[in-house]
Amino acid sequence: MSDPVSPDSPTALLQTPLHDLHLELGAKMVPFAGYAMPVSYRQGILAEHRQCRESAVLFDVSHMGQLRLVGSGAATALESLVPQDIVDLPLGKQRYALFTNDAGGLLDDLMVTRRDDHLFLVVNAACKAADTSRLQARIGSRCGIEPQPGRALLALQGPKAAEVMAGLAPALTRLTFMSGAEAKVAGIACFVTRSGYTGEDGFEISVAAGDAEALARAILAEAEVAPAGLGARDTLRLEAGLCLYGHDIDATTTPAEAALTWAIQKVRRPGGARAGGYPGAATIGRQLAEGAPRKRVGLVGLERTPVREGAPLFDAAGAPIGRVTSGTIGPSVDAAIALAYVDAAHTATGTLVHAEVRGKRQPMRTATLPFAPHHYFRG
Amino acid sequence: MTVKYTNDHEWIDTSDAAAATVGITQHAQDALGDVVFVDLPSIGASFKKGEVAGVVESVKAAADIFMPASGEIVAVNEALRADPSLANTDPLSSGWFFKVKLADPAETSELLDQTAYDEFAKNA
Repeated sequence: MSDPVSPDSPTALLQTPLHDLHLELGAKMVPFAGYAMPVSYRQGILAEHRQCRESAVLFDVSHMGQLRLVGSGAATALESLVPQDIVDLPLGKQRYALFTNDAGGLLDDLMVTRRDDHLFLVVNAACKAADTSRLQARIGSRCGIEPQPGRALLALQGPKAAEVMAGLAPALTRLTFMSGAEAKVAGIACFVTRSGYTGEDGFEISVAAGDAEALARAILAEAEVAPAGLGARDTLRLEAGLCLYGHDIDATTTPAEAALTWAIQKVRRPGGARAGGYPGAATIGRQLAEGAPRKRVGLVGLERTPVREGAPLFDAAGAPIGRVTSGTIGPSVDAAIALAYVDAAHTATGTLVHAEVRGKRQPMRTATLPFAPHHYFRG
Repeated sequence: MTVKYTNDHEWIDTSDAAAATVGITQHAQDALGDVVFVDLPSIGASFKKGEVAGVVESVKAAADIFMPASGEIVAVNEALRADPSLANTDPLSSGWFFKVKLADPAETSELLDQTAYDEFAKNA
């Protein structure tokens, strides 16, 4: 059998504050974005995936970047880098945002929450150094840019997450999807948002690094919760139709191509009160009206063969029409699923396409996203 | 039972040279994680030693199954095709992949015995 794990350079990996706990829990550690991270624990990816869909899991996502933008000019300044409405984001509300480049491509996707005296940003681990430098260079004179390397981030996800949180922080059960609040969780000071990246209800919990292990142990002590690694996180987010930066979106994909135009509020679109004014606004604005030459779609295999990232796609006549950017067997949908970019002519739901896997053509159909229904708590 | 191993973490049971059984080792299934798909060769197909005869895929990754010795495929494990998790739960027995009619049984003498493989896997 060939080696299923791609060789990674053995350069020193960073560790999250939960590193020792991961080892104690029997995690299989892999390099990810410069960190040693758990890909799975003793249960394995499939069991962890099912645990999240049926009960609750806890992820360590401390590798992700947490930043504060401080000062009265922060929201206006951030709007010069993202096509989202940040100025009107209400206190305690969270929004999905996109850092764009001059060509309208995506430099990163992120979460922004308005807190009392700052904007709280969570960015991708692999992008956090570049994001921080760029924020400093582009808007560092207009607001304070404060990375939070001393904070850990945990994600409690699943249909029983709310029940678990009710026991640890009763005040948080009223929190609705894409909102945040400060609270003591198991007696530990945290900043919690009702969000996540699995399609399930759940919470992301920012906590001081020194308190992270005690908090994780308190959450894992609940019978409904088991630890889950990045492997399950990937199959969960893929079933939920959510993009993984560096795979499904990158500097060469625009919001319209990535089917993320829902994330651009009216006020920032052409004709809006604060239209444009961010990198790539001309291209992004034009594509909002005219569409893009290619688009991200979901694909479901008619056969069980997994279709992975990089698989070329062809139409019925054999002409190339695109490429798969993420793919696996969806454990809950029990089928081969993929995210892919295809030419605009082939995006209609139900279109038959053929993915090339090891020289063979595998039939797939474009499908509506998400593959597995979202279960967010909207109050 | 005469079982030999490859340094690709496969085993071959050559007790019956007309139908030697091939599968993946405990170490291989552990490295792969949950197996969700296997691509098995066609019965009657012939492969040389080292050629890719099949594929095993976990949630995360795909890995090739190499021929441990040259020969013709005489059987494939349909139960494994139907339930790929057998490769995890019982890799050395009911999780077998295919059976080969060996072209040259002497080829398998170069493969690792249990002791040599255990040592190899320990350092893999």
